[in-house]
Amino acid sequence: MAVTILFLGPLRDLAGGASRDVAAPLDWSGLLDNVGEDLADVLKGERIHVALSGKVLIDKAALYAADGDEVALLPPVSGG
Amino acid sequence: MRDIRLVAEPFDPNAEIDALAMATPDAGGIASFVGKVRCGEGVEALELSHYEPLTLPGMEALAASAEARFALDGLVVIHRVGAMEPGENIVLVSAAARHRRDAIEAVDFCMDHLKSAAWFWKRENRAGEWHWIEPRAEDHSDLARWADKSH
Repeated sequence: MAVTILFLGPLRDLAGGASRDVAAPLDWSGLLDNVGEDLADVLKGERIHVALSGKVLIDKAALYAADGDEVALLPPVSGG
Repeated sequence: MRDIRLVAEPFDPNAEIDALAMATPDAGGIASFVGKVRCGEGVEALELSHYEPLTLPGMEALAASAEARFALDGLVVIHRVGAMEPGENIVLVSAAARHRRDAIEAVDFCMDHLKSAAWFWKRENRAGEWHWIEPRAEDHSDLARWADKSH
């Protein structure tokens, strides 16, 4: 019973890995608790977007991920 | 005709432009832009990462908005992902149209949006160390060029 969190771009270095599995269900405060204080502070910033199973959330605080879902943490893009 | 792709291996822009020309016999012209990894700034390698569920659909949506905005016969957008060396091609945007301005502006429009709004993250290897590339302010001002144009 797990949710996969993906750390895209530079977030991968801050998280110490590209992904991790955490227990389902997972909401935004649960995710922030899981990643540790330093990374949580970064993720709270308005430049970080969140996608749930391939769809970007309008309000990341409304995240609710169930078993099998993928949560992607998206830092600002550096473009093509 | 629309061909939007992410590729993990080197590609041949000329072959892709030829294929576009073959597929659009009624076009009056083709405009193309090929982006390459710059040489000579101490960059030994460039790595582009993406997020499959968002990146390709985002490029498809960009192609659709270019087609809605300009009168195009065909549009090709090919983007490399993964590790590249200086001199390698990163991106091709090629547009075929009845009239040149549609083709040229469609390429410019797609490149500005790819640079600032597409889901890619870049890092460069300089002197053996990887450095993430931050978004550039110019990329956002480039994007703003299109916001106040009705066409």
